[in-house]
Amino acid sequence: MAVVAHAAPFARAQRFEASPAASDPPLVKWVIIGISLTFFALFLLLPLLAVFVEAFKKGWEAYLRAVVEPDTLSSIRLTLLAAAVAVPLNVIFGIAAAWAVAKHDFRGKQFLITLIDLPFSVSPVIAGLIYVLVFGAQGWLGPWLLEHDIKVVFAVPGIILATIFVTVPFVARELIPLMQAQGRDEEEAALVLGASGFRMFRDVTLPNIKWGLLYGVILCNARAMGEFGAVSVVSGHIRGQTNTMPLHVEILYNEYQFAAAFAVASLLALLALVTLVLKTFVEWRAGIQAQEPEAP
Amino acid sequence: MSIEVRDISKTFGSFVALDTVTLDFPTGQLVALLGPSGCGKTTLLRIIAGLEYATSGSVILDGEDASDTHVRERQVGFVFQHYALFRHMTVFDNVAFGLRVKPRGQRLREKEIRRQVKELLELVQLDWLADRYPSQLSGGQRQRIALARALAVRPRVLLLDEPFGALDAKVRKELRRWLRRLHDELHITSLFVTHDQDEAVELADRLVLMNRGKVEQVGSVAEVYAKPATPFVYSFLGAVNKFSGHVQGEELRVGDSILPIPAGVAATSGRDVVAFARPHELEILVNANGGPVGVPATVSRILDVGAVARVELSSLVPQGYVNGQGTAKGGEQFFEVELSTQKLSELNLAAGQPVRLVSSRLQVFEQEAQK
Repeated sequence: MAVVAHAAPFARAQRFEASPAASDPPLVKWVIIGISLTFFALFLLLPLLAVFVEAFKKGWEAYLRAVVEPDTLSSIRLTLLAAAVAVPLNVIFGIAAAWAVAKHDFRGKQFLITLIDLPFSVSPVIAGLIYVLVFGAQGWLGPWLLEHDIKVVFAVPGIILATIFVTVPFVARELIPLMQAQGRDEEEAALVLGASGFRMFRDVTLPNIKWGLLYGVILCNARAMGEFGAVSVVSGHIRGQTNTMPLHVEILYNEYQFAAAFAVASLLALLALVTLVLKTFVEWRAGIQAQEPEAP
Repeated sequence: MSIEVRDISKTFGSFVALDTVTLDFPTGQLVALLGPSGCGKTTLLRIIAGLEYATSGSVILDGEDASDTHVRERQVGFVFQHYALFRHMTVFDNVAFGLRVKPRGQRLREKEIRRQVKELLELVQLDWLADRYPSQLSGGQRQRIALARALAVRPRVLLLDEPFGALDAKVRKELRRWLRRLHDELHITSLFVTHDQDEAVELADRLVLMNRGKVEQVGSVAEVYAKPATPFVYSFLGAVNKFSGHVQGEELRVGDSILPIPAGVAATSGRDVVAFARPHELEILVNANGGPVGVPATVSRILDVGAVARVELSSLVPQGYVNGQGTAKGGEQFFEVELSTQKLSELNLAAGQPVRLVSSRLQVFEQEAQK
């Protein structure tokens, strides 16, 4: 997961290749490359293409009509809102958790690390169910919420909560190994030189983790917008109100509105492509930062 | 500015890193905290800086109790072993950092900051590197920049944590000399941590020897060398040969052999002692004519390089005299003798040859004093 770890192996592979003693015979090399490329083309590229082909099957105008349809627009708005709340919260939580883990020693540290991973190991459906159990009408806090006229489940707050739950690990997981590797020296140096806690964070910590942070944010955002399972449980599928884009795609599809379903799906696919490009760029940048030549 | 530490203790869980350490560092001196790794010297330095809190005791800077002063208000300069330069800032910005983060009221104008940084870079003779990044510098250059950065805030004391630990031998020697000259120019009270006794001796006005969280001895370099307070100090300051035995009159009985105690060495008759001699204080007797004078040993290796030759010897120690340092498991003990090449050729030694060792100078410690 760590952004820096992605960048280094390429350089090593190149060195490996250049050595005649270590490289595989060309036939082996091309067969392996051929197999993986065919596989990816068949299982990844083709479906992606299919999404766009299907979306534009009835022409550009039908596509546009499907996108500007009020329910679709409302689902786009909701998805953007959920991401806009979940991502910043995750950035704050992620930095705080990574800081706590990497720069401090305390009891229960290992427990915290395990807890951060929980959303990865638990099925998103269960994540959704947890919120229904806690905030639902029959749930623990249900009566109290009902009394105060607060709606969480089957409403926007529930969707945001579910989104936060499934995206919790992204930023923290990215930053913990990075900050652990960097140690505390630079921050201590800043403190000794008289920097306030905020100056230290802004001028020393943040620049050192910025690429890792950005990488985490991109992945977190992609997941926040694409999440289906957890959100589906707490949403209630109220059209125009509690449908996010992935949920809306499903509804349209179930109603045999294939062109419209694929049109919305194409928007999500587009988001995925943008995410990939950004991710590659950030990896490349972080790689440059990590590989800066160490003078003897 | 003077530094005092009073009854400083520091524990990490059940591990005692510092055990009621009390020390005085007079103004303007360059003091070395010397000891093996894990002896608590770096912890003490970090407590003085405020980067670590003492479990008990107080740090007094310039006569004022600074134990509760935050690190950023202590006005200390700290140089880290691994430099800790800000990697995303240029050399210039690194040095300017301390000046730029001052609260608005105390901050100098940018023009003045620029002038001062330039001066500092000239002081460490690296003004031509101002626009580089730390990753583009060599280790020695980085350490000099780290020093310039620490000096920028005009610290009242300078604390250096193993400043040359990460450098290769040649650069280390250069930097030592350079740091000593810098200290003579600036006269800022400085404290540095090292485990290298050569470094401590070459650089420092005073030595503080530490072992297992305690101060073993404090004094000028000459004092500590001439009168080591404990066996630890003696053995830490250089190569040693060790003899465990029993004092009888003017002699030290080591097993079945006798080691005459040189005149002027204080030793109470009837006590069990350990006696130490430096390699150059031992003499090799080739024709001992079977008498009990001298400790028997066998020549194992002769190193004839440069002006001083070294001879390595070993001997089998009788059971019961085997202990701790310098003694291998099977009861084998090792000795090292330094002598002039001329003397070596006169002796005409060969590997495997049995000889006896006597000492021209002994440092005797009674057994109780040894831990």
